[in-house]
Amino acid sequence: MGELAELLTYYNVIFLLKGMGTTFALSALGCILGGLFGTALAVARLTTGPLTLPLRALALVFTEFFRRVPFLVTLMLCFFIFQFSGLDVSTFTVGCVTVVLIGTAFLAEIVRAGLQSVHPNQWHAAETMNFTLLQTIRYVVLPQAWTVILPPAFGFFILFIKDSALASQIGVIELTYVGKVFNNRGFSAGVSFGVILVAYFMLSYPLSRLGAKLEKKLGSSRTR
Amino acid sequence: MDYTFQYGQVWPYLPYLLKGAWLSLQIAFLAFCGGMLIGTACAAVKTFGSGWMRHGVNAYVVFFVNTPQLVQIYFLYFALPDMGIFLSSYMAVLLGMTLNAGAYLTEIQRAGFESRRQSEMEAAEVLGFSRWQQIRYVILPHVAKVLFPPLSNHYILMTLGTSMAAIFGVEELTGRAFNINSETFRSLEVFSIVAVIYVVVTLVASVLLALFGRFVFRAKMRVV
Amino acid sequence: MAHLELDNISAAYGKLRVLDGIDISVGSGETVGLIGPSGSGKSTILRVLTGLLKPDAGVVRVGGAPINFDKPAEIRRLRDRAAIVFQQYNLFQNLTVLENVMIAPTKVRGRKPKEVRPEAEHLLAKVGLADKMDSYPDQLSGGQQQRVAIARGLCLKPEILLLDEVTAALDPELVSEVLDTIRGLAEDGMTMLIVSHEMGFIREISARVAFMADGKVVELGAPAQIFDAPEKERTRDFVGKILRH
Repeated sequence: MGELAELLTYYNVIFLLKGMGTTFALSALGCILGGLFGTALAVARLTTGPLTLPLRALALVFTEFFRRVPFLVTLMLCFFIFQFSGLDVSTFTVGCVTVVLIGTAFLAEIVRAGLQSVHPNQWHAAETMNFTLLQTIRYVVLPQAWTVILPPAFGFFILFIKDSALASQIGVIELTYVGKVFNNRGFSAGVSFGVILVAYFMLSYPLSRLGAKLEKKLGSSRTR
Repeated sequence: MDYTFQYGQVWPYLPYLLKGAWLSLQIAFLAFCGGMLIGTACAAVKTFGSGWMRHGVNAYVVFFVNTPQLVQIYFLYFALPDMGIFLSSYMAVLLGMTLNAGAYLTEIQRAGFESRRQSEMEAAEVLGFSRWQQIRYVILPHVAKVLFPPLSNHYILMTLGTSMAAIFGVEELTGRAFNINSETFRSLEVFSIVAVIYVVVTLVASVLLALFGRFVFRAKMRVV
Repeated sequence: MAHLELDNISAAYGKLRVLDGIDISVGSGETVGLIGPSGSGKSTILRVLTGLLKPDAGVVRVGGAPINFDKPAEIRRLRDRAAIVFQQYNLFQNLTVLENVMIAPTKVRGRKPKEVRPEAEHLLAKVGLADKMDSYPDQLSGGQQQRVAIARGLCLKPEILLLDEVTAALDPELVSEVLDTIRGLAEDGMTMLIVSHEMGFIREISARVAFMADGKVVELGAPAQIFDAPEKERTRDFVGKILRH
C-alpha cells in the first residue's frame, strides 16, 4: 500500500496518463483509418465482373491474412521492414502502421457483413434505376448498414485497446510499456502491473458499457 | 530497400518451426480446456446461482475481459515470485491464458445456457422426461449447437494469442521465430514464413472445426 | 412498329430453363397483361426487361432498336426507357418519400434538384400522397408504399412501365387504391406490361392478355378471348379455376 503511494507521484501519474493516451490513440487510429480502408476493401469485394477480379482477390487475401496473423508477428514484420528500408521512423509510427493494417482487415469484414445485411431488394431496386455500385452503396446501402456495422466496430475498438499492449515490445511508450518502466525503476511487479491492469480497466470498462448502450439504442431504432 | 532476401537460410528451420506451431496449438488447447472448466462452472453460477458467488464470478469476468492478456501474464510471471510462487514461463503463460479464457468462455457459455428454450423443456416435462433426460435430450443438443461456433472461433483466437508467450521465452511458433532471427538475422524471411504458417494453421483449424460443426451439430459455420 | 418487343426470348437460371421462346409485343400506349400460375415465368420476363437477367436467345427491341445485353451501356439505356415497379415496393428505407422519388433523377441522371422537386411533388399528388412527402417508408401502409413506388418509377419519365404483381403483397382493402392509380396511367396513354393475378382488373385494363405456363406463352389475345373463349385447353383450365370464385 505504501508502495502504491510512492508510485503515484505527480510525474509518474502524468507518465501513466501519457501511456493511456498513446494506447487510446493507437487503437483509435487503427479503427478510424482501418475503417476507411476496410470500407474500401469491403466495397472492392462486392464488385462484379472479370475486370475487378484481381482487386477482389487482393482484398480477400489481405483480409484473411491480417486477421489470421498474431499482432506480435505483424508488428515484427513492420518493424523489420521499416528497419531495412532505411527510413528513420519512430516506434510509434511502426505501431500505427501495424494497427492500421490489422484494423483494416477486421473492419473490412465487419463492414462487409453490414453491407450484406441490407436486403437484396434494396440493391435490386437501385440497380434497376441505373445506380452504379458506388452510388448504391453511398445513397442506399451504407446508410442502412450503419446500425449493423457500428456495434461490432465499436467492440473491435475496445478489443484493440487490449491488443495494442503488444506494441510495448518494440518500445512504443504505451500503457504496458509504462508498467515495465515502473517495474524497472524498482517498484514491485505486483504494484507496477497491478496499476497498469487497473488503468486498462478504466479505459476499457466504461467504453464497453457505452458500447452496450449503443447496441441497445441502435437495435431498437432499426425501424427508425 | 537495400535487402536481399535469402530464404535459403531459413527453409532448413521449417521442421523446427512446425514443431513450434504444434506447441502453440497445444498451449491453446490446454488453456481452452482449463478455460472451459472455469467457464462452465462460472456460467452455471451466473445463470442459476445467486448472491456473493454471482458477484464474485461477475468481478472475475469483468476484470479479465477488460484487461489485456499480456499484462495479466506479466503480472503472474513477475508478481507471483514475490509471493513465493515460482512458475516457469510455460506455466505462467498457461495459467494466464487459462484465466483469461475462463472469463471469455464464461460469457459465451452463459449466452448458450440462456438460449435454452423454456417451451421445449416444458414439452419434455409434460411428456414424462425426467430432469436429467430433459437436459440430455432436449437442452444439451440445442445448447451444444449454439455454442460450437463461438467456442471454435475463440479457440482460433487463442491459438493466435499464444504468440505472446514468446515474450516470456516459451518456444512456441513465435518464440522460435525470435530464436531463428537472432541466429541468422534473416528477420523478414523468418517472420514472413511464420506469418504464413499461422495463416495456414488457423485456416486448416477453421475448416476442420467448421466441418465438424456441420456434421456433428448441423451448425452452419463459415470459414472465410 | 411495336413500342416493346420480345422476339423469341429464352432465358435460364443455370440449368433451369425459365423462359422458352417468348414472343410478346406491346404497342405504344397499349397495356398488355401477363397472367399464369406461379413459376410460369411472368416475373422473369420483367427481370429480363430490366437487365437483371440476360436472355440466352432472342432479341428484345425497344422502339424497334435491339438491345445488346452484353453491353452495360445498352442495359443502362434500356433501364432509362423502361421503369419497373416491384411487388415488394423496394422503397429505400433510409430516405423520405419525396427523397425516394427524387433520388434517381438527381443522383443517377444528374438533374438539378430544383427541377426535379416540382415534378416529384406533382407525381406524389397524382398518386394521392402529397401529404406524406416527408414521411419514411415504414410509416406508411403497404398500399401507400406501393403508390410511392409507382410515383418513383414515373419520375424517371419512362416510355414503358413494367408492373410486377404490384398488388400481391397488399391487404385486400388497399388493392383498389393502387389499381385506380394504374387505371389513371393507362388513361394517360402509358405503355405498360402488367404481371398480375387480379384477373378482373387485367381483363378491364388490358388491350391484350398473354397466358403463360412453364416459361412459354400459351395463348395471347384480347381479354374477351382469353377469359371467355380460350382456344387452348391449358388456358381454359387455368381460367376456369381462377374465375370459379
